[in-house]
Amino acid sequence: MGTEHKETILEVKNLKTHFFSGKKVIKAVDGVDFDVKRGETLGIVGESGSGKSITSLSIMRLIAEPPGKIVDGEINFKGKNLLSETEEGMRQMRGNKISMIFQEPMTSLNPVYSVGEQIAEAFRIHQKLPKKEAWQRAVEMLRLVGIPSPEKRAKQEPHELSGGMRQRVMIAMALACKPELLIADEPTTALDVTIQAQILDLLKNLQEQLGTAVIMITHDMGVVSETCDRVAVMYCGKIVEHTDVDSLFENPKHPYTQGLLRSIPAVDRDVEELEAIPGTVPSPDNLPKGCSFAPRCPFATDLCRTEEPDLLIDNDDKVRCWMYSERWNGPAAKEVAADVSHANAN
Amino acid sequence: MFIFLMRRLVQIVPVLLGVTLMVFLIMQMVPGDPAVLVAGEGATDEQVEAIRHDLGLDQPLAVQYLSYVGDVVKGDFGESIRTSRPVLDEILVRLPITLELAFWSIVITVVLGVLIGIIAATKQNSFTDVGLMMVALLGVSLPNFWLGLMLIIYFSVGLQWFPVAGWGTFSHIILPAITLGTGGAAIVARMTRASMLEVIRQDYIRTAKAKGVRQRLIIYKHALKNALIPVITVVGLQFGALLGGTVLTESVFAINGVGRLIIDAIRMRDLPLVQGSILFVSVLFVIVNLLVDLSYRFLNKRVELN
Repeated sequence: MGTEHKETILEVKNLKTHFFSGKKVIKAVDGVDFDVKRGETLGIVGESGSGKSITSLSIMRLIAEPPGKIVDGEINFKGKNLLSETEEGMRQMRGNKISMIFQEPMTSLNPVYSVGEQIAEAFRIHQKLPKKEAWQRAVEMLRLVGIPSPEKRAKQEPHELSGGMRQRVMIAMALACKPELLIADEPTTALDVTIQAQILDLLKNLQEQLGTAVIMITHDMGVVSETCDRVAVMYCGKIVEHTDVDSLFENPKHPYTQGLLRSIPAVDRDVEELEAIPGTVPSPDNLPKGCSFAPRCPFATDLCRTEEPDLLIDNDDKVRCWMYSERWNGPAAKEVAADVSHANAN
Repeated sequence: MFIFLMRRLVQIVPVLLGVTLMVFLIMQMVPGDPAVLVAGEGATDEQVEAIRHDLGLDQPLAVQYLSYVGDVVKGDFGESIRTSRPVLDEILVRLPITLELAFWSIVITVVLGVLIGIIAATKQNSFTDVGLMMVALLGVSLPNFWLGLMLIIYFSVGLQWFPVAGWGTFSHIILPAITLGTGGAAIVARMTRASMLEVIRQDYIRTAKAKGVRQRLIIYKHALKNALIPVITVVGLQFGALLGGTVLTESVFAINGVGRLIIDAIRMRDLPLVQGSILFVSVLFVIVNLLVDLSYRFLNKRVELN
């Protein structure tokens, strides 16, 4: 991977973002740590409601307050804590140093302005370019993201473009000011499979050209294997496993990760039914005692059901599971190695 | 676009036919005989009969109506029974006054309404929001003749800032325009607030924030243009209410506009004048509605006009 010596660009420490509704506190993100190095791609994986999108919105400081609030932690971007930054300081950062692409290309562009105008706006805000020059740069960006006849397309409004095109526009907008960090929140989920591959290729190429660090938020293990260098697996607002992409697929440690990998359908195997993780994600305002995954975990013991495990650190790998601690007294952990060929076939 | 316009212009015809027919029938049902009113109190039956014949009022209703419509098509709106002057002249003298009043009222409706709506929406559920919405509720609820009288008592009689009545200078316009525009402003404010609140939750507003757009620009550029689309419909409808309101407001402020003309004409059972002025007001309303539909297309190119 060769990322060890690169400069750390983003460091998230003990991030806690909670939502308050009435007397209930929903701990959407509850003590998350990770870092991202220059030029690398960190994947954040998890089911809906695991807190991955809230994590990314917290980094952008775009959590609606109220009801949400970042209650604890640090988000150090190039050594500067974004949580102590002023709103104006954050505004100058957004779309400039840190950019974001969203899941829904159909609704993420303003329907009443041309796409060229919306990209040009980024140049006008952050580089103070005059209208005409900003427009020309916007057209260049559209060309860069592979939109044919960009001069013509720039004048069109979002509804005149297909979903894939719109996501290209979003990417052009996000990368306009050559950000050092790009957060891609499920950038391909709403797209057709062939378009997905094109968009991922495009992102990868542009990342190499610009040297941007990327946080790839997804629930799709296929996207992870295609794009990521390292991966953080989230469950119920916490990171349960954090490792490099090869270890994740070859030797997944956390039973949840193993379950995620096993639930990927394979083309080379004829199965009657898709394997799924039994049960559902617990309600965030009513988390079980002990390990949040215990009710769905095939290996859970009484220890798991009463006490919450810490994130165990072994070199660069981290896992939040009692199975790997000295206190584990259950039946010898039979590590269910995920079927790697199975996972990679996707 | 051209076909759309043509179709809409053709659609005006049945609307206007309906309006004239309604007014005609209502005026027949209203007690009081125009011939008697014209002839005066001491007139003999023969004199009244002669006047009735002159005015064509002894003809069957269908014949009266059809001959009126036939004349209008030729551009002849008839003569006022009371003054014997052509109806068209009577209206054209007063129309600019009413239009000016309507224009300033709609300016107040839109500017005040949209501004209050935006402020309330951006400070949702705050003291300001609740206060503004209560003022808006009051604004909708106040009958405009009462508001007009209160404004006269306070600002004209008490503070003597504005003239009590009449027309001519800009200071004459202010109180009637406020009287007429307030109700609409209140409705527009509530609509703008609701529409803004919906728009600022949209994904593209989040995109704009993630791009680093200033809050002020997010509201006034990214959100407002989207939020205005439903507001325009309300403004169009308010224009209709406003034209109705001129009747009362012009009476309260003694302004010689079309509204007051209609009141006087109805009082005198001056059928041609009533018909003519209501026809004019209807045309005005239809045109405004057409402009509203055209503005959708201007604000949002997704709207197909057909």
